Formats: sequence, structure tokens, C-alpha cells
Amino acid sequence: MSNQSVGGVAPSGFRLMLLRSARALRTPMPYLAFIGIGLWLGIYFLFNEYWKLFPFYKIPGPVEVVTEWVSRDPIWGTSLFTEDYYRNIWVSCRRIGIAFALATGLGVPLGLFMGWSQKFKDYTFPVLETLRPIPILAWVPLAIVMFAGFETPIIYLATLASFFVTALNTMLGVESIDESYFRAAGCLGSKKHHVFFHVVVPGALPFIFTGLQISIGVAWFSLVAAEMISGDYGLGYMIMDSYMVNKYTTMVMAMLTLGFVGWTTSAMVRVAGNRMMQYRQKALGQGGV
Amino acid sequence: MVDKKAKTPALVRLFRDQTFRRGVIAILAFVVLWEIGSQFKSWFGVMVPFIGKIAPPTAVAVSWVEVGQWPGYWQSWYLSTGRVFLGFTVAMIIGIPFGLAMAVNKYFRGMFFPPFEILRPIPPLAWVPASIIFWPTTELSIMFVTFLGAFYTIVINVLGGARSIDIQYLRAAQSMGATQWDLFRKIILPGTLPSIFIGAAVGMGITWEVVLAGEMISGGGQQGGGGLGFFIWSSYMGGVMDQVVVGMISIGLAGYISSSLIRYIGHLSMPWRRMF
Amino acid sequence: MTANPNSHSGNSRGAISIRNVSKVYDPGGVNVRAVDDCSLEIAGGEVCMIVGPSGCGKTTLLNAIAGFHSISEGQIDLDGEMLCGPSKPLADQGADRVVVFQNGALFPWKTLAENVAYGPVVQGVMNKNEAREKSIHMLDEAGLSGVADKYPGEVSSGMARRAEIVRALINDPKVLLLDEPYRAMDALTKSIMHESLLEVYDRTKVTIFFITHDLEEAIFLGDRVIVMTTRPAKTKKIVDVKISRPRDYRLLSSEEFRVLVEETKEAVHEEAVKAFEAGERELA
Repeated sequence: MSNQSVGGVAPSGFRLMLLRSARALRTPMPYLAFIGIGLWLGIYFLFNEYWKLFPFYKIPGPVEVVTEWVSRDPIWGTSLFTEDYYRNIWVSCRRIGIAFALATGLGVPLGLFMGWSQKFKDYTFPVLETLRPIPILAWVPLAIVMFAGFETPIIYLATLASFFVTALNTMLGVESIDESYFRAAGCLGSKKHHVFFHVVVPGALPFIFTGLQISIGVAWFSLVAAEMISGDYGLGYMIMDSYMVNKYTTMVMAMLTLGFVGWTTSAMVRVAGNRMMQYRQKALGQGGV
Repeated sequence: MVDKKAKTPALVRLFRDQTFRRGVIAILAFVVLWEIGSQFKSWFGVMVPFIGKIAPPTAVAVSWVEVGQWPGYWQSWYLSTGRVFLGFTVAMIIGIPFGLAMAVNKYFRGMFFPPFEILRPIPPLAWVPASIIFWPTTELSIMFVTFLGAFYTIVINVLGGARSIDIQYLRAAQSMGATQWDLFRKIILPGTLPSIFIGAAVGMGITWEVVLAGEMISGGGQQGGGGLGFFIWSSYMGGVMDQVVVGMISIGLAGYISSSLIRYIGHLSMPWRRMF
Repeated sequence: MTANPNSHSGNSRGAISIRNVSKVYDPGGVNVRAVDDCSLEIAGGEVCMIVGPSGCGKTTLLNAIAGFHSISEGQIDLDGEMLCGPSKPLADQGADRVVVFQNGALFPWKTLAENVAYGPVVQGVMNKNEAREKSIHMLDEAGLSGVADKYPGEVSSGMARRAEIVRALINDPKVLLLDEPYRAMDALTKSIMHESLLEVYDRTKVTIFFITHDLEEAIFLGDRVIVMTTRPAKTKKIVDVKISRPRDYRLLSSEEFRVLVEETKEAVHEEAVKAFEAGERELA
């Protein structure tokens, strides 16, 4: 309502997007980005494919990779049109989904309690901090021994990595909440559980989502490593396997796919965070445009 | 108040601290539970799931004492540390100027940030095979992947840190007649220092992770053999599980020491901001 | 408990009696006496303004009443019942004494209406719908009808502060504790806030315990102005403001107002100099 009084109807949704992109096109930024990416691809093409410089020629160039990628009849057996490609993506995504859900389900509550209760933190945090410096990859042999099969050890490793990040960020999030919110809640007659659900949880949410974005990146990192070392299917496996049998084109394809899928998942987390913290978006919008 | 504090020794003060005492209790409890969990089968004949398959802490300790006498074990420390140090240093040398350049020049940023952002989501480990193909020796390829791991984090932190500097400082300096170089040297660089150190501490963690993976994946062949990652992997292949745990603890320790070192250097080089 | 003869209201709720209260902080083994043997009787329905230099222990007193901090010695009663004393150094927190904070503490993740409705809902005195209706009604009364469903980050600081006072009032508190609520505001906004607070007071006659640095604010709003010494805080001077209510901004240019300001200024300035020379940082 007050928006209208300020300056007509504030644009929203699709219109706002159009408005913003029109404004962006008037700055040099999109053209620079275009040049930058062009430059990079150009060098990649010239070095690897055109001039075939040492040792660049050993890695397939962009034309070769893209041709293979969109080919209905791929030379090395994997492209956008083969079932194999999607199967690897699906397997990795499913593992990430399970690991991320487990890590969030365990890490967020643990972090909330650590941030909320000093006593709880005193007893749990040191153990967490002792285990945290051990790289996730160092757990691989232990994970294989502890859990049977392929699937569980891989999911365990990805979960472990993302769990530490989530728990830590959630704890920091609770500790970042201004004391006056707790006091305000107290003098308005809250009981403990009210404080928990109305102050601790929403107050920590911005940190939690920052943590979740990092944690999904870390989960991919560990997943790929685990799949490369001991896997069947999955993008990490696809990279390792095509390396082993000298299908380098497929290998580069898998790397790029991995980047794209990883980026998409972290964008999804970001969008979910913005959805859940409308109040921040609105406050920002007020300051912005 | 100062002399009052000086009279009580640091260790005594530490043990008076409730948080510290609770921490000690928690870690002791953790170790004891681990011991019980691992030994349960030999004591009571019933296997505890998961933990039951891990070597107990006492066995690990015995094994560590034994392993500590092998020169090969210390050689692993040396090799891994060397790789981490080299990869990390190169990442700092390239990453800091690159990040600063992107922060101070928007055209440079407009051009180089997009390709950087396209490559960044690819986990460093995914580069391992490509790197092995590309570089002539395994050693170089491990180092390259190590470099990548730290590079992204450092650049992002430098860029974020430099861009978050309050414009008022720059204006104040300009009004006092500072040149462009002064601005860079006296404001942007020290203003970015905290972020550089945060990026370095995080990057160091990633570097250890990547070195380990590189050593494990490349199998530590004849050329680039050794390293703590290889130590863990070969112990596992040889079925010596207590040595695997020794390796894990060693590498955790190494990572922890390196991050602490970075924090300490940060503490020394930023007297105006004792934040760590 | 002696009722203050200068109180302008017949309200008997919300009388605070502070007797010989001291507070000693112990940061890192150094004893810091924030409040020293402070006694003060505040009648029900009085507007009591506390003025003193930064870090003099005013907030410590407020924290003791609200139940955020314990006291070391003495006793504080509310309407004849002990809040805190020798046997119970920390008062219970409760909605009979609601605080409005220095930097504002509306929950940023709740809309203004949700913020206002929060108290009655968690206390279980109203269900969600009743509380929402009442809060919208009260926000309307305070001139905030259009923004009830906005988040605190979307409205001006003046509106947010007004909503915070509404959030306090919906609980029908005995005492309103204000900790420099208008500190960060410009003079114009401040004067609007003052008038709206006076309007609220004339309507509700709630006891107000108001901490401020601003002498003119203190005299404009208060029935009594208590000037505190620098740390450790004691009452240095009590100024009775015998100006009739309702008051408005014209008062600010009147002769009697200026005389009162002059009279108080000297005492405050003396303490401010002492505090400045001590150069100590503010304690929580």
C-alpha cells in the first residue's frame, strides 16, 4: 500500500525481471562477460584443438566435446541421448539428496541446541571439533569397513562432510542472535519452547541457509571423491571410469555436467532460503530499487 | 588486576574454566565409548554395529608408537606437507592479485568473473584425472589439483573482502591527497587482509582434503608415491586397520596445525583486529 | 511505600520501590560497582525519567527490574511484592514489566501485527485470531493501520518504535520500561515520538520508567527527573516537574520549562564531566 504512494505500482515478478535485464543491458557488464567467456573458450579451442600445443592437445577441445555431447550416435558411447548419461546423473543426485537430507536433519537440531545451551555445547562441541579436522577422504577406508556395499559408504561420507558444516553454521547462527530478542521474548511472557521456536529458529535461519549452501557444495565434493575411489555409477565414477578406459571426451563432459548439476542444487538451496526468509527480501527491496 | 592474574599459572586457570573441564570430560567419554564399542566383541562376544569394526584407541596408540619409528611414516608427513605448502603458496600468489584486480577494476571483473564462476562449481577432485593426463608427472598433477582447491576459496574471499571496504575510507584518504597506489597499499590491502586470512584458513582445510584425495586416487605410483593419503590407502589395502586410524589422526593433526598457523600469522599481521 | 505526591494520576498499579540496591559486576576478577546503595520510590502511574552519563548504571537498574540481571544487595518491590531481594537476586521475567529496547527489538521475522500479537498468544490469554484482531485494532489506534502486515525492516524506525510500544501495551503491563528508545532518532522524529508516547500515557496511565540522556526529553515527558551520579550510580538530584498534563510541543518554548532545564542541567553536566574523565567504557 505504501509502495503505491511512493511511486506508482511497484513492478513485480516477470515485469520486474524484464525491467532489470533491460537496465543491465545498458551497462557494459553483459558484454564484458560475453568477451570473457569467449576469450576463455577461444584459448581453449586454439590451444587444444587448433594449434594442438603440448600438453594441451591431450585434453579434448570444446568442439570435440560439444559435438560428442549432442551427438545421437556418440563415438565414446555417452551423450545427451544415451540412457547411461542420465543414469549417472540420477544416481549422484539421489545420493546427494539422501546425504543432504540426513545431514540437515541431524545437523540443524544439533547446532540449534549447541547454540542455545552452553552446557550442551560444552559437552558436544569439543568432540565435533576433534573429528572435524580429519579430511572426509581419510574416512574412506573406515567407511568401507563399517558399512557394507557401495551405496552406504558413499552416502555416509557425503553426509559426514555436510553435517559438520551445517551443525557449525547453525550454532554460529544461534550465537549471532541479538540478546535483546531473547530479552524481549522473555518479558513478553514466553516459555522456553516459545523462545526456541519464535526466536532461536527464525533468528538462526539466515546462517543456517548460508551453511546449507556451503554444505551442499561440500557434499558434492566428498561424493565425487567417494565415487571416484569406490563407486558404481554416479558422475564421479563416470569421470574416473572414462579416464581409465581413455574416453577423455566423456570425461570432460562429465566434469562439465558435474559443475552444472552442482550449481543447480546450490541455486535451489538459495531459492528455498529466500522463500523461507521473505522478511529479509522485503527489507532489502525497500532499501534497493 | 594485572598482577593478580599473573600469579595464577595458565594451566591452573585453564582447569578452573568450566567449559574447558567439560570439554576434557566429553573427549575422554568419547574415547572410552569408542574403546568399549570396539572391544565389545572380544569382551562379551557381541558385535556392536559399525563401531565394532573399528580398531580400539588402545590398539591405535600402540600402533602409533610402532609406526612412529618408521622413517617412511615421517616421510609421508614430509611429502604431504610439501605438496600442501606448494599448492597453497601458488594459489595465494595467483589468487590474491587476481581477486584484488577483480575488486578494484570493474571491467576486469566483468570479463574474468563469469568464466571463473562457470568453472568454480566443478569440484577440484573432478580435475584429478584430467590433471594426470595433462601434467607430465603425477607430482605436478597432485599439486595442480591442490592449487585449484585453495584458489577458488582465496579469490572469492579476497574479492568479497575488498569490495566490502567502506567507501568512506577511500574518500577520506583521497581528500588527504592519496595517490591510487597509496589507496591500494594503505587501504585496500590492509582492508582485505582479514578476508585473505579467512580465505586462507578455509583454503588450507580444502588443500589437505585435496592432497589426500589426490594421493589416494593417483595410487601414489612410483613417481609421486607416498604421502599421508597413500599411507592410509596402503594400510587399508594391507588390512591394517589400526594404522588407517593412525593415518587419519595424523592428517587431522596436520590440517589442524596448518590452520592454526595461518590464524596465528593473521593474528600477528593484523594488530588492529585481534579477531581470531 | 510512600506514594509520590507529585504523581498526576490516581493509578495505584505499578508502584516500584527500589531500596538500597547495589550491583557489583565481576569481569575478569575486577570488581566494578555499577550501582551503589540506590533507593527510589516510584508511584503507580508515574512517569519517572532517569538521566545520567553513559555507562552510569541506569540500564543496570532497568535490567534488575526486568529480570535480565541479578542484583547484589537490596530489594526491589512491585506493588508491595518482592521482585528481587536478598533471597532471590534475579527477578522473574514477566509481561507485567515490558521493556522497549535501545535499538529496538521487534522480531524482524514477524510482521508488525504478529509482533504485537505475540505476547497474548504465548501467555495463553488469547487465541491467534483474537490476538490478531486486537493487535490490528491497537496498531490502528497508534496510527499504524496501513503497515500492520509489513515486516519491521520495511517500515521507518519511528513506526517500528511505535509498534514496539504497542507490543508492550497489549499485555496491559503494570510498568513500561524504556531504555533510551529514541536515542538514534533525529530531532523531528523524536518530537513526534514524544507526543505519541504522551498520548499513550494519557490514555493508559501506565507507570513509565524511562532512561535517557536527553534532558529536555526527560523534562518534557516526566513527572519526576532523577539525575544519577556517574558510576557507581546513586541518585544525585530529583527534579519534580510540576507541569500539568496533557502536554504538547508548545511547552518546549515556555518559561517554566526552560527554568527546569537550567536547574537540572548543572547537575547533569557535572556528572557527565566526571564520567568523561573517568573515560570508562559502558558496561552492559
